Amino acid sequence: MKTFVYIDHFKGQVQPASWEALGVAKSLGEASAVIFGSGVDALAKAAFEFGADEVLVADDAALTDYRAEAYASTLSALASARTPDLILLPTTTRTREMAAMAAVDLNTGVLIDLTGLALEGDKLVATRPIYEGKLYEKAVCSGKPVIATLRGRAFPRPAQDASRSGSAAKIEAKAESPVTVEGYDVAEQAVSVADAGVVVSGGRGISNNPSLTPPAGMDEKQAEVWRAQQGFALVTDLANVLGGAVGASRAAVDGGYIPYSHQVGQTGKVITPDLYIACGISGAIQHLVGMRNAKLIVAINKDAEAPIFKQAHYGVVGDLFQIVPALTEAFKKKLGK
Amino acid sequence: MKIIACIKQVPDSEAKVKAENGQVTWGDAPLVINPFDEYAVEGALQQKEALGGTVTALCIGPESAREALKHALAMGADEAVLVSDAALGALDTVGAARVLAAAINKIGGADMVMFGRQTLDDGSGVTAAQTARLLGWPMLGLVGHIKVEDRNVQVSRVIEEGRQNVSAKLPAVLSLVQSIGEPRYPSFMGIRKASKAEIPVWSLNDLGVGAPASIVTRAELITPPSREVTCEIIAGESPAEIADKLADKILAEKVL
Ligand SMILES: Cc1cc2nc3c(=O)[nH]c(=O)nc-3n(C[C@H](O)[C@H](O)[C@H](O)COP(=O)(O)OP(=O)(O)OC[C@H]3O[C@@H](n4cnc5c(N)ncnc54)[C@H](O)[C@@H]3O)c2cc1C
Ligand SMILES: Nc1ncnc2c1ncn2[C@@H]1O[C@H](COP(=O)(O)O)[C@@H](O)[C@H]1O
Repeated sequence: MKTFVYIDHFKGQVQPASWEALGVAKSLGEASAVIFGSGVDALAKAAFEFGADEVLVADDAALTDYRAEAYASTLSALASARTPDLILLPTTTRTREMAAMAAVDLNTGVLIDLTGLALEGDKLVATRPIYEGKLYEKAVCSGKPVIATLRGRAFPRPAQDASRSGSAAKIEAKAESPVTVEGYDVAEQAVSVADAGVVVSGGRGISNNPSLTPPAGMDEKQAEVWRAQQGFALVTDLANVLGGAVGASRAAVDGGYIPYSHQVGQTGKVITPDLYIACGISGAIQHLVGMRNAKLIVAINKDAEAPIFKQAHYGVVGDLFQIVPALTEAFKKKLGK
Repeated sequence: MKIIACIKQVPDSEAKVKAENGQVTWGDAPLVINPFDEYAVEGALQQKEALGGTVTALCIGPESAREALKHALAMGADEAVLVSDAALGALDTVGAARVLAAAINKIGGADMVMFGRQTLDDGSGVTAAQTARLLGWPMLGLVGHIKVEDRNVQVSRVIEEGRQNVSAKLPAVLSLVQSIGEPRYPSFMGIRKASKAEIPVWSLNDLGVGAPASIVTRAELITPPSREVTCEIIAGESPAEIADKLADKILAEKVL
């Protein structure tokens, strides 16, 4: 089977699930990594190191910024010319659009956010969560190529082998797009919640520390946000010690404590980290659907009756402002940091 | 400004969804407007308020999906259209996009078409981009803020890394996310108006398209193993003692 693997990146920062997709492609046969952007030599080198048999690069100033139309057209043109059996992409905001549009161009179908992909006879059978993970479906695509995006962390990441190398082949960009990129407001978050192995989240409880005295001159709402920021600083410390990302409930996002990109749940991100620590989160169903498939769930909440404890493997009934910093210290010691 | 909001009807989040004889069932749990599509309606209404014009809610679904359209009307949409046809079985996303594109063309004259981010049933968050591709209109995905000036629309898109700010000429397809603002509650007047509204039903024949072939099909439904979790509460004399015990438990699980 001949597979194209699209390596998704933002300003050269690769979404790690791209490498996981490369591993899946290798297990199915021949794997070509496909990279779009400008000045992406380092990515091509990494793609060889992660196991690509071939690397195809559209390196063009007009592809510096992601624009759905241009990226989709470049991908479709490449696939028409070289007829892969399968195109794999990691599931990201960009690839959903690219995969969607390429499926229209190539008159095929698209399978999104797979947690499993296997060859049964000569058919590729995809497994994906539906109904917010309450069920899974096995789905097949009768078109060719099959286009599929893989959920991050659902497939093993291949090892990087620095001794592997090769020379990338240049392909043509189809850079036309009706969309103009004006700029970015980039959050300073180091690890995104979607692909972090550890996520430490804060909820409305994060602003509930009456013993903190906000700077003079703040009104009530400003004081609440200020308190919440002190709380999130503690959550961030813990996340940093564990090499993880910071998540949030919707109440925390709606309260203006933290940007929407951190939100976990039905209207935020659905994530499956190895460890999820919920601090001051009650455990509403809309939050639970976003994190309940984490391997290990820990809840810190001062209300012993909070529904989050029904989903958690370990719980602490207590004040997060005391427990979270103590936990950070404990891990610092035990992990030798 | 002529704005169309595409909405679907789905089982409520709280529904206990199960697989029974190869079919998805949710007992007597209510069907509701897809929560993400409420943002599509909300964003459409905001733009109507800012720029003048009309909002049309559009849904492909069975007769019962009228209720979702009535919700949009009660929120303030001016009109609603239901596309319903016995020939429409399980549509895949490209199929849904083909039917939506045909309906958008039949409604005619749209400046903006608003979508939700994803449907909560078996949705994939791709129908908006596919509809845009079929219409040949710009796709502005995952939008949290919209500004229209002359025939130019400027938006802020929520991406993994933060926000990407882009612009395009109208007409355009947008998918909206929560940052657009809380969907308004239907008003009493709105509910009354909605209950009396005539909702035309269009068949595929009316749209002049055939039933799209499903390229993606479901082969099997799987019920995930139920997760029986018993929570072990970690207690102790002091935060430090609790933290120490908890850290040991977490380390013993080998998840780090
Ligand atoms: C259509 C729809 C979509 C939604 N989507 C999402 C979504 O994507 N994500 C999401 O999270 N929610 C979502 N919600 C909202 C959801 O229903 C809840 O309102 C929300 O999750 C509550 O957030 P919370 O747990 O932080 O706040 P609360 O429910 O207010 O809980 C705060 C918790 O903090 C505890 N606490 C307070 N102080 C302390 C302290 N000092 N130490 C320890 N614990 C403390 C309290 O005991 C309480 O349990 C959605 C709702 C709807 C209707
Ligand atoms: N049957 C439908 N009728 C109207 N709009 C739909 C329908 N299905 C999907 N949509 C729109 O497309 C968006 C994305 O759907 P999906 O790609 O299925 O996740 C939804 O949020 C709706 O705005």
